[in-house]
Amino acid sequence: MRSTPRGLSHRRRGGLLKTLGAVFAAVVAILLVVAPASQATTPSPTPSPSNQQFQNSISGFLRDDARAPIADVTITAKSGDFTGTAKSGANGSWTIGVPVQGTYEVELDESTLPEGIKLAEGQENPRTVTFSQTSNLSVIFAFGKGIVVQQQDFGQNLLNRLVAGLSFGLLLALASVGLSLIFGTTGLTNFAHGEMVTFGAVLVFVFNAMSLPFWLAIVLALLGGGLFGYVQDAGLWKPLRRRGTGLVPMMIVSIGLALAVRYVIQFYFGGATQQLPYAQSAEIQIGPVSISPNNLWSLIISAIVIALIGIILLKTRLGKATRAVADNPALAAASGIDVDNVIRIVWVAGGMLASLGGILWAYYRPGVTFDMGSQILLLIFAGVTLGGLGTVFGALIGSVIVGIFVELTTVFGLAADLKYVGALFIMIVVLLFRPQGILGRRERVG
Amino acid sequence: MDLGFIFSSAAGELFSPTTAAYALAALGLAVHFGYSGLLNFGQAGFMAVGAYGFAISTLTFGVPFFIGLLIAVVCSAIFALLLGIPTLRLRADYLAIVTIAAAEIVRYIVTTNQLTSVTGSANGLAAFEAGFYSMNPFPEGSYFGMNNRDFFIRVVGWGLVIICCTLVWLLMRSPWGRVLKGIREDENAVRSLGKNVYAYKMQALVIGGVLGALAGMVFTLPRGAVQPANYGTELTFFLYTCLLLGGLGTVLGPVVGAMIFWVVLSLTQGILYGLIESDAVTWLNTVQAGQLRYILVGVALMLLMIFRPQGVFGNKKELAFA
Repeated sequence: MRSTPRGLSHRRRGGLLKTLGAVFAAVVAILLVVAPASQATTPSPTPSPSNQQFQNSISGFLRDDARAPIADVTITAKSGDFTGTAKSGANGSWTIGVPVQGTYEVELDESTLPEGIKLAEGQENPRTVTFSQTSNLSVIFAFGKGIVVQQQDFGQNLLNRLVAGLSFGLLLALASVGLSLIFGTTGLTNFAHGEMVTFGAVLVFVFNAMSLPFWLAIVLALLGGGLFGYVQDAGLWKPLRRRGTGLVPMMIVSIGLALAVRYVIQFYFGGATQQLPYAQSAEIQIGPVSISPNNLWSLIISAIVIALIGIILLKTRLGKATRAVADNPALAAASGIDVDNVIRIVWVAGGMLASLGGILWAYYRPGVTFDMGSQILLLIFAGVTLGGLGTVFGALIGSVIVGIFVELTTVFGLAADLKYVGALFIMIVVLLFRPQGILGRRERVG
Repeated sequence: MDLGFIFSSAAGELFSPTTAAYALAALGLAVHFGYSGLLNFGQAGFMAVGAYGFAISTLTFGVPFFIGLLIAVVCSAIFALLLGIPTLRLRADYLAIVTIAAAEIVRYIVTTNQLTSVTGSANGLAAFEAGFYSMNPFPEGSYFGMNNRDFFIRVVGWGLVIICCTLVWLLMRSPWGRVLKGIREDENAVRSLGKNVYAYKMQALVIGGVLGALAGMVFTLPRGAVQPANYGTELTFFLYTCLLLGGLGTVLGPVVGAMIFWVVLSLTQGILYGLIESDAVTWLNTVQAGQLRYILVGVALMLLMIFRPQGVFGNKKELAFA
């Protein structure tokens, strides 16, 4: 969602540079010709300002949903006494020069729109826009080509959000199960887990940009995530454990690591949002639920992976050893379990799970950014805390609750930009009444 | 590359109002973490509560400066109580997660479009500082190369830092402070002496939070604007870096830490930009140079915590953790 306006603005900036260059040349030419004459007349404010006179401008491109330009549409910008109008050109571009940077009301004259083209449902018109430091302000109007958006009934919407929330919750669970395993075995609250999530998605983007096949990019990204976990443990956490560093200092070290890794990723990846292949997909209808294929795949993949982890933890020797270490490392070591080896495997598994969660999160949002992991870090924490710190199945249940809660709050009238607040708030409330979390044991809380 | 300019602007950071704000907020963290062992990861939230409490009461309700100040302080105290009630009985990492979540909740609420008329959403609020500058006793003119407004905010900011440092110093050598340090060392031992640990922790949380709110106001007044993007979780982590640089269980540590933090940031920025402009460094652009500084902060935080957790001034025996 977010990438579309940015992608547009890049393209627009290129076009805008050319337009600005042409305007500048025209102004210089006019000045050269008019200069002697204008000395005689007193300069007076012109009643109808044209684009050339102002340094600041409001501009945009009008394109319908098939990306075809829309020409000859009248757009007006108003602020106080000032009114400026423009018509979109053959390529859909329009520019209104404005005297000062400030807040303007921009209105698109809908009667001048071509036949069959309408503003998209929910598109504000007129809309209020404000300059922020730059001399040009881009305004986007979204169009739906005469499509009447069907009003979904409440039950339908609820069901759709419920399934989307389940999909989101399960991808959160991938990351939080890893976090919970690491917490259980080492006691570390890892604030750098969000960066492990970002890392997976960024790796897929990088490998895909190297034109490797898509499946290979995914496999390599998962391996890379596991390697990242291994390197972190071997290079940082294991030596710190050897030194006997306390849990609180380790937590602060993980914050430093999170900052460093996040900005290393931004250093190489840049601040823009990038898309993975197949990120765009139309919703499909399955029974009563409409869901995008990507969300459906995400749901299926994470459900399978989590089921596998559950089986490994409950049925295999390794799983038993992991649970033993989580319960009491000293006792586990005394009964012949190689604790360091278990912790290493947990870090590798945690890294791979976080990577997978990151890839799925990149499709859910959709888009890859350098801070995508830290955006959901607190939701992961909320899931883990809700379920009970250190309990793997608690992390699973907590994450699914958080995911569904985040999606459902918008159905019940909470604004979309507040949807994470509900999840964080519910975590605090649960701590009030059941501090050990849903599956936690009383003695763990201390 | 103009070294003189780079060094003079770095020296200017020593006494800038932003440094004063960081010093105050880090002092609040010293009360929380350094003296009481409370892992507050939501100091940015306290700063936001202070800044927004002041700005909203000034702009929406039109109250005079000192009433606005009082409202901001009361709001941050209430925020501390709300945070403390569910978490102070729990282990340190629960408080960490809840405080960071609460700080983010504050940021989401002041960013939402639903409350634009009150909070200004993502653009924030501006033009609330008139009441403050109208109290400026300095006539117009040049004070050490600053105009009277810049000089006034520095005097107020650093005056506040000195007053708060003195108060914290007095508090921590009082019987009350000794109990607090006792809680940091061994909560159960203090409890067995009949002290109400919960109440002491709550008082420490409120005091540190109020310091954070004051810091938020000092941070926002010279800018003349308060914007939610400034109060993200990174701000808290920078404050921790300042605190760890100076020393956890000390009064002057956070102040010196904030000074070092900003001088080093300014120096690295000046030198990197200078190198880029003079084409000595071609593998970097100025945007990446900005990111390089954040990478340095992260690495510095890790190295400090690993190799010198007591900071410049701290005493290893005074650490809040073993």
